Parts: sequence; C-alpha cells; structure tokens
Amino acid sequence: MSAVNANKWTFKMTPTRYVLAALGLLGAVLMLYRLVFGLGSATNLNDHWPWGLWIGFDVLTGVALAGGGYSTCLLVHVLRVKKFTPIARSAMLTSLIGYLLVMAGLFMDIGRWFNFWRPFVSWGYTSVLFEVFWCVSLYTMIQLLEFGEIATEKVQKPWHGFFKKIMPVLFIIGIVLPTLHQSSLGSLYVIEVGKLYPLWWSMLLPVFFLMSSFFVGPAMVTVETLLGSRAHGHKVDLGVLQSLIKVSGYLMLVYLVLKIVDLYYRGATGLVFGGNLESNMFLLEMVAGIIIPLIICFTPGLRKTTAGLATFSVLVVAGVIINRMNVVFTGMAKSSGGFYFPSFIEWAVSIGLVATGVLGYLFIVENFNILQGHQTGAKPLVKEKKATNQAVKYSA
Amino acid sequence: MSKAVLVDITRCVGCGSCVVACKLWNKLQYRQDAPATGSEAVLAAENWTAVKKVESKKGSEKVWRFVKEQCLHCDEPACASACFSKAIKKTKEGPVVYDEKLCVGCRYCMLACPFSIPKYEWDKTFPRVRKCQMCAGRVAKGEKPACVEVCPAGALTYGKHEEMIKAAKERISGGGYINHIFGEKEAGGTSWLYLSDLPFEQLGFRTNVTTKPLPQYSESILRLTPAVGLGWGAVLTGLYVYNRRRNEIAREEKEKR
Repeated sequence: MSAVNANKWTFKMTPTRYVLAALGLLGAVLMLYRLVFGLGSATNLNDHWPWGLWIGFDVLTGVALAGGGYSTCLLVHVLRVKKFTPIARSAMLTSLIGYLLVMAGLFMDIGRWFNFWRPFVSWGYTSVLFEVFWCVSLYTMIQLLEFGEIATEKVQKPWHGFFKKIMPVLFIIGIVLPTLHQSSLGSLYVIEVGKLYPLWWSMLLPVFFLMSSFFVGPAMVTVETLLGSRAHGHKVDLGVLQSLIKVSGYLMLVYLVLKIVDLYYRGATGLVFGGNLESNMFLLEMVAGIIIPLIICFTPGLRKTTAGLATFSVLVVAGVIINRMNVVFTGMAKSSGGFYFPSFIEWAVSIGLVATGVLGYLFIVENFNILQGHQTGAKPLVKEKKATNQAVKYSA
Repeated sequence: MSKAVLVDITRCVGCGSCVVACKLWNKLQYRQDAPATGSEAVLAAENWTAVKKVESKKGSEKVWRFVKEQCLHCDEPACASACFSKAIKKTKEGPVVYDEKLCVGCRYCMLACPFSIPKYEWDKTFPRVRKCQMCAGRVAKGEKPACVEVCPAGALTYGKHEEMIKAAKERISGGGYINHIFGEKEAGGTSWLYLSDLPFEQLGFRTNVTTKPLPQYSESILRLTPAVGLGWGAVLTGLYVYNRRRNEIAREEKEKR
C-alpha cells in the first residue's frame, strides 16, 4: 500500500517547482489584468478571429486531453478490467485538474464575465454551447465529489463512508456527461458549414471528437505514468500500459476507417493531396497522429518497449492537439481572413494555467493516496527537473 | 407580419445617406480606422451598415457598383440559435435583435454567422456584440428603418416580405438584372434581399452559402442528446450491476474453495 504519510502535509520545493510557481503567479497576475482591462487589451483576438488560443488550446484541447478520466473510469469501474485499477486514480485526478483549468480558461475568454451564470437561467437550449456549458460545469462538480472519496481518506474522515456509497452514481453520471460534451465540442463546428474547410467539416464531427477524446485518454495516462515513474522513482508495469494502448489502437483503427469513409462519402478525398496548407496539416495530423501510432501499436516488437510506448503516446497526444488546432485555426483560416497570432498575455496565461495544474497534481500525488506502490522520499528528486519540464511540454 | 428590405444595387449611387442615418439613429461613432463608405468600407462595432464601392466589369466595360452591407436578418438566424443565453432573438416583424443584458460574451454568434456580420467592442472591458438591429423599435411601430427612410435614390424598398419578393421578381422580368434574388434562398431566406445586374460573387457576396437554414444542422444533432444520454446511462448502469455481481460470484467461489 501507499507510503504517503497519513497526516502530515509535504511539498518539497525544487528549482523546477519554483519555476512552475513563478509561471503560475505570472499567469494569475495577467489573468487579473485581462479581467480588469478587457479582451482587446489582453489578447490579439479581432473581428476576423473571435476565438483564439484560449478556446482552441485551453478549452477544446484541454477537455480532449482530460478524456483519460472518463475512459479510465469506464474501463476500471464499469467494465471492471482489474489490471487497469492501479492507474485509475491518477487518470481521474489528471482529468479533474484538466477540467478546473478548462473552467478557468473559459472564464478568461468570456467577454462579459460578470454574466457567466446567465445560461443557467436564460436557457439557449438550441445552442450546442448550452449543452457544453451545462455538461462541463456539472462534470467538474461530479469530479470534485469523486475526489471526495480520496480526500476523505486523509481529511474529514467521517465523510468517507458517505462518499464510498455515492461513488457508483457518480461514476455513471461521470461517464455520461463527458460522452455528451466531448462530442458536443465537435458539434460546435457543425454550424460552420461552408466556413470550416471540408477536410474537417462533417456531420460526423461529434463522433470524431468523442472517439479521439477516448483514445487519447490511454496515451495521456501512459505519458503521465512514464514521467511520474521517473519523477517519483517507482517502477512502471509495462504490461498494463501495453494493454491500455491496445484499447486506443483498436478505437483508432475504427476512427481511421470512419474518417476515410466520411471523406469519400462527402467527395472530399481529392482535397487530401491538394498540396495546400490545409491538406498538408491534415496529412500531418493523420499520418503522425494516427497511422504511425497504429503501426507501433500493432507491431508487438515495438509496443513492448518503453520507447515504443512513449513514442506511441506522444504521437497520439500530439495528433489530437494538431486535430483541434486544425479545426479551430487551419480549417477556418480561409473563411475568416484577417490575421491572428496569440499575444504574450494569451501565451503566458495558458502556460501559467498548465504550470499551476502540474503543481497541483504533484501536490495531490504527494499528499494523497493516488499512485499505488508510490514511495515518497525514495531519492526521486534528482530526475525530477527533466521530467516535470517534459510534463509541461506534453500536457501543453 | 414579417417585413423585408429590398436593396436594388443598380439604383444605389453610393451617397452614404443611409450610413449617416444609421449612425445618428443608433448613436454610433465615426472611426478613422473603420471607414463606412468608399472602397475600404467595412462593417465594424460602430459601423452597423457600410456602403462599399466595388470596381468590377460588365462585359468588357469597367464599372463601379455600391454595395450596402448590414445584417441580413435571416429567417432562421444561426447567431440566435448559437446563443446559449438567448441574448439574440428573431422578432416576429423580422429584425434579429441583441440584448446585452443576457450576453455572456462567448462570441459563438460571430462564428456561427454565415455572413460574418456580428462585430465586437474589443476595446471595452465588457464588450457588447454589435450589428444592425433593423431599427427594431421603429419597425415595431410601423415605421421604416432609418436607412430606408433617408435613401434618396430609391435603392431601398421596405415592405412585407412576400411583397418584396414579388417586386423583385417583377423588376427581374422587366430586364436589366441577373436572375437571382440574393437572400431569397441563402441561409434559408433572409429579411434583406438584393437585386443586381452583375453576378453577386463579383460584388464580394458569399454565394456558396447553404440554402438549408443553418440551425437545422446543429439542431438535428442536439435533438439526439436526451436519447443518447439516457440510453448510455442505462447501458452503463446495466454493465455496472452485471460486472459487480460477476465479481461477487467470483469472490464467493474463491472463498468456498
């Protein structure tokens, strides 16, 4: 069992953690600046590009990469695949932190933030965003309650029995809600018919977004586990990770076939090798993010090595990031016109949020029972620097 | 009854009276960085309408045309359907209007609009979405929109929607126009209709707009939400109970042995 200290709180600051804290603090100050002085002075958004980095990266990509929470919850708690149990808590913790960051990013992005609560009472139910708003808010609540089970092992212990009792309900609602909003984030762009480049626009956008958020889950968990094992000095069970990425692999195979059928059905196959920016970015997304990982996944010699696992996961995560960026930026460039590149504040806020998330994750992992077989104080801090740097890069 | 404005591009002389009337009636500012008339004219937070000078060709002859731009007030507006706090609504008289009290500032309306009409007050701390309101207050009282009222060239005609379509068809059959009423079918039909003697794409109109009302695309998917949610929830509950029971049985059998 865990060696996490039962009652004491620890958080050892290392040079990397000071850097992360500084980035987080800078982000917080700039967020305050944005709230006071408005979007125009803080961002490079304009009438051609009403949505930018904060929506494209912090929200759309953030939610997708947090998909490891609900996919792991489904595998471990509903399907009861026992071998995945050791990774369940860390996957769901990453998801919780991911969603808290998404909420912060969204709050930064809404122009009239004092009005953020309006959709709770003024129901624009014809809007896809309405569904996203409700599902994401409720799901964040559900995840906080799910974390209650872990938290009450250490604080407010009398409540532990209560949380244990309600967990099954939380698990099921906590899978239904992400299923709905992960797909809805794709549906958001269905109304861009004729504006979003046909390589991406499809009535199947919700299905593609849902599937990719599911198969990126195991990849994120693998990245995180490999990094975590280096940082916290515990051994990784490669067998678990291999089975886990095979779940991704099968789903990606279906995704690939569906993409091809969809392009063919809409008569957009000719655009794939068009040689323009759109087609090149599409090929990059599909080859680097789907096809190469699939080859690794279904070649046992490659899949069984740590390097193979790491390459697979990094490529899949990168592929999903590129996919979301392509939908928000590459695919919209032609119809939007104008020019947009994120401002310093937009970058700094996004980086600051991720840095805060990494620190939060580390704090919780070191003070609650998240990683099974986790040994605190087992001379891990030497390698920590490199590992957390990469964590920032990968979770970015 | 739903109202409409018919814009006859062949009659517009580019005087810009409509722009002045719009600015005065809606208390909008003149901004150097966003001209509302001339060849650089653009819609902007303070330009709810703009008259753009377009140089084009009719046969081999070089010609000027003046294109009045403003919100087209779709019959089934994508912006209103995309608004998640009901800040944008279509009124029964035709205007698509914005209520800043309800607006959260997500800007999804700007993305959803097939004609990229809504603009934003980027320089304000609490920006509003800005676009032509078709003088909804005047229209509700039975008056013409301010721009129509002042047009000295007879380029703007205001009336009942079906009458404007009829008038447009009569003018087309009289000759001198291309056989296309822009706004009759675009985006499922709009309250502003255009007539021209030159193809609309030559004048900078977006002519590849779908004729199916845009809200129908997303609403056909949204409609599935309750069924997917409840169905998926039921399946998950079933699986959860089944797998838990299977686990219990496995454990009991282990203990027996």
